[in-house]
Amino acid sequence: MNQKEIHILQLYPRDMNIYGDWGNVLTIKRRLEWHGYIPILTEYNQGDAFPDQVDIIIGGGGQDSGQDTIQDDLLHIGPRLHELANEDTPMLVICGLYQLFGKFFKTLDGNLIQGISLLDIETHGGTERLIGNTVIKSHEFGEIIGYENHSGQTFLGRGVKPLGQVQKGAGNNGQDATEGVRYRNVVGSYMHGSLLPKNPAIADFLIEHAVIRKYGEFTPTVVDDRFAELARAVALKRPR
Amino acid sequence: MPKPYITILGKAVRYIARLRGGGSALPGLFVERIDPAFVRNTLSQLPRGVVIISGTNGKTTTTKMVVELLEGQGLKVFTNRTGSNFIRGVAAALLGEVDMKGKLDADIAILELDEAHAVRFVATVAPRYSLLLNVMRDQLDRFGEIDTTTKMLTAIAKATTEGVVLNREDTQVAPIAKLLNDKKVAYFGLNSSLTSLFPNDDELRGNYKQKTSSPQADVILESIEDEAATFGFDDKHVHTPLKLQGVYNVFNAAAALALVRMIIDEGRDDDKLIASLAEITPAFGRGEKLIIGGQPLELVLVKNPSGFRLGLKSFAPEDYATMIAINDNYADGRDMSWLWDVDFDSLKELGVTEVSGIRAYDMALRLQYDEIEISHVEPNLKKALRHFIETSDKPKRIYCTYTAMLALRRELGRITEVEVIS
Repeated sequence: MNQKEIHILQLYPRDMNIYGDWGNVLTIKRRLEWHGYIPILTEYNQGDAFPDQVDIIIGGGGQDSGQDTIQDDLLHIGPRLHELANEDTPMLVICGLYQLFGKFFKTLDGNLIQGISLLDIETHGGTERLIGNTVIKSHEFGEIIGYENHSGQTFLGRGVKPLGQVQKGAGNNGQDATEGVRYRNVVGSYMHGSLLPKNPAIADFLIEHAVIRKYGEFTPTVVDDRFAELARAVALKRPR
Repeated sequence: MPKPYITILGKAVRYIARLRGGGSALPGLFVERIDPAFVRNTLSQLPRGVVIISGTNGKTTTTKMVVELLEGQGLKVFTNRTGSNFIRGVAAALLGEVDMKGKLDADIAILELDEAHAVRFVATVAPRYSLLLNVMRDQLDRFGEIDTTTKMLTAIAKATTEGVVLNREDTQVAPIAKLLNDKKVAYFGLNSSLTSLFPNDDELRGNYKQKTSSPQADVILESIEDEAATFGFDDKHVHTPLKLQGVYNVFNAAAALALVRMIIDEGRDDDKLIASLAEITPAFGRGEKLIIGGQPLELVLVKNPSGFRLGLKSFAPEDYATMIAINDNYADGRDMSWLWDVDFDSLKELGVTEVSGIRAYDMALRLQYDEIEISHVEPNLKKALRHFIETSDKPKRIYCTYTAMLALRRELGRITEVEVIS
């Protein structure tokens, strides 16, 4: 028997779970199973002991009160997350945690919320909420389809690249036509939907790198992505 | 312009709009433009004032219950029954009820208002009482965030002059009481044995927060059985049969009881109250039953993860063929993220017979990740409904979003008699 385990760590599901982020975790979990691996899911909440075995990290968005709750704890585990990112652990952070993986979030009334500076990005509170169906183009993943809902405007520094170029929607800040971020094996984005089910290329990227890091090689099986393809085709045509 | 003319003109516009088969908002818009004080002036005549029911889920059924309970106590009630829970809808409903002099023959107004519209409404008309049901992840893409919704409900509570009824079990709604020192507050709540049936959004993935202490509730839902329930109030345990289905409808009955008990503080007939409650049927599309080809067909409206999960929990799948219809029109919400926060495991054994709606493939994809078998996917609602009815001779249940339900009802109306909603 060749039972290979992959450890998924979900960050703050209790306080940062507001936009269907479970869909991202579920997608990684199932696709790992379909590719022949055994997913072991660990939830990390505020105050928990940080697990030793971590192969993939998934983090989501939250309402403002959730972000306040976890901020201190996140700064506390920040060094460990840096270490993992530098070892090329694949990570996906959406919306709220995407912002807090950056340098800071400066709110409209001038408050500075410190991030963990894992990503060279900064976010400024905006007056307008950027909401709606979103399509971006990435040279790594092709067309990425999702739904954005944020008022923070994120700007990328020199140390990172955007996840893609906006084709429909506002993206990081509504100004420079970038969306999301790429750094080592970290993917950050404002896109919900959930992101991974309709963008299996990103899911398989995270899985492939986790498996290769741990077991040296990855042989994917063919997953039946017909529903994903049809759902993508419909989503592309929907109004903003 | 003198008032009688405005009323007559408004009524005329309403009549014409109806002839054209139009919606209820146009005549309301007309009156709003010509006489912005029309709604306030008309409602201020009412001896028992105005009552507002708001929250993200269950407004329509709860409003229907409160109206019927009050009518059972002998009150004349005005309500915005057309389901247009925006201010213009209220204006339009008023136009239908006032006489030519602009007088409204009613004791009290019970208004169902969308949170955002309620905030604007209370700035014009201060409600005497309000009932705040819940804050669920329903309309995040409309209002941005749950915290915003809570702020809107707080504004409604603060503008209320006499008393506010709150959901003790909702972690967003219950704390509003702290800001209401100057008025009566009553709660409706659940017996602790039932709280796991009603997880809120903070508890979506099983992280049940321990409550430290709960305030006393005026009405408690103590237990739910098949077509019956027990409510606790005044140290009594009242068991009653119910025509309402679904645990969330039954919980809303506790809300309606608490509100009516606050409105009629003296001279209330509690036996009659329960007798009225036993007769109430679900509102449009909230667990109603039709007969198609000799088999029952149920429509269950789903519009957010909590509601969908409650629906799946409330209606056992045994012996039923299941169809799910998901649209993403503005009224449904455009973001499909919410489907991923619903656990579909209860459908695993029997599978899903038909998946439809604009976002049929998003729904099919969701089911694929819960490894649930799907017999047929057809985005076109008409075709899907026909196929569903033709290929299955079991009782049927359709979970559908709001605009999908409207379309399905239109289609079902061609097959059987369906209550027409103006």
